[in-house]
Amino acid sequence: MKFTLKVWRQTANPKDTGRFRTYEASDISPDTSFLEMLDIVNERLIERGDDPIAFDHDCREGICGTCGCVVNGFAHGHQEGTTLCQLHMRSFDDGQIIWIEPWRARAFPVITDLMVDRSAFDRIIQAGGFISIRTGSPPDGNAIPIPKDDADLAFEAAACIGCGACVASCPNASAMLFVSAKITQLGLVPQGQPERWDRVRTMVAAMEEAGFGACTNNGECEAACPKEIPMDLIARLNRDLACSLLKK
Amino acid sequence: MATAALKFYSTTIGKKMVMAVTGLLLALFLLGHALGNLQLLGGPQQLDGYAAKLHGLPALVWAVRLGLLLALGLHVLSAIGLWLRNRSSRPVRYQVQRFRETTYAARTMIWGGPIIALFLVYHLLHFTTGQVHGSFEKGHVYANVVAGFKVWWVSLVYIGANLTLAFHLYHGMWSWLQTLGMGHPKYNRWRPIFAAAFAGVVGGINIFLPLVVLLGIRR
Repeated sequence: MKFTLKVWRQTANPKDTGRFRTYEASDISPDTSFLEMLDIVNERLIERGDDPIAFDHDCREGICGTCGCVVNGFAHGHQEGTTLCQLHMRSFDDGQIIWIEPWRARAFPVITDLMVDRSAFDRIIQAGGFISIRTGSPPDGNAIPIPKDDADLAFEAAACIGCGACVASCPNASAMLFVSAKITQLGLVPQGQPERWDRVRTMVAAMEEAGFGACTNNGECEAACPKEIPMDLIARLNRDLACSLLKK
Repeated sequence: MATAALKFYSTTIGKKMVMAVTGLLLALFLLGHALGNLQLLGGPQQLDGYAAKLHGLPALVWAVRLGLLLALGLHVLSAIGLWLRNRSSRPVRYQVQRFRETTYAARTMIWGGPIIALFLVYHLLHFTTGQVHGSFEKGHVYANVVAGFKVWWVSLVYIGANLTLAFHLYHGMWSWLQTLGMGHPKYNRWRPIFAAAFAGVVGGINIFLPLVVLLGIRR
């Protein structure tokens, strides 16, 4: 297969405001993943003596949350419930023009090319602090009873890999889906109760401090999320923050 | 408690909740206003009598007016705060951005607001105080409404503004449960239907009434 790539190129020099460059990607097997396609393009760029395109990647099996670009206007590309590394070139049309851009958000500054600094997410997680659990030898399985529905929903929330697609796809670059997943994951299970109300306050404060936008209930986040985390969790975050007002 | 409330309002979630509660109050007033105005169909005695009855309770009228003014003020103030923040949250825009789930109503909320606010000023000067009305007579509500809507472009302004209002109401009535944290899988699928019905009833009545006059059904 053959594609025309329009790739965002930006050097680490803070004065560089970046630009799109056009690359031809020819002889691409339909079975290559999107990132492998970029690898092939990069090998050819290196052979030519050009700078390869910098992009984030790690596990390449859709579970680490490291990769991600906006491809033809969709975070992680057009295929729903899929990270960029799990997107394959067969799902594109032969000869298609593909626009590849980094996540765009004030809170996610571009490092180089398609790589962005997502440490704002780390700061939110750090702001959540610790949870009080007994450490030491492993506890017995099912020693703490947890209702099945709560365990299921907490697990669904825990599937968040922190890739940032919710922020990238949100018209307001809001991080509410990410934060709501973390709040739900810990807030639904007994182990998360002792710090529950402080945690929602400090994590929301860190989210706002980082410069993410506000939620306007567009739902683009849940549509873009590779783990298909539902925006119902945002209602849960809103509820927890409101309840925290009434708690010490 | 007061500092906690202020701190809560300083968050985007707090501002959104204020918008949800005030928006809900304003929407309920709009529903009552639209249903009350349906009495235009009952003729001059019916509508003027209804207006006289309301104005016979000045305490209620002023309580509602002040309440609405307060709700509107908080709604607008919060909207401006959130809008400024959202405007700066993505300094470099996408070359290509495609949407999957968002609605036209959701994306135009911020533009619907000022359009409705401008219309509100016009509407009050038109039917409440009468400065922009050619033949305004205090207390003669039916005559004022019919004379007002007979001017085709006035009706057009009302119809256009109420279309905008219906879109604004649709997203608002869908959103408030989510924002207040009261969404639930049990009834979430009814929320868009409820929102469309609410926006349809309010917008529909407000567009129907100028049409009734324009088409000569009420004169």
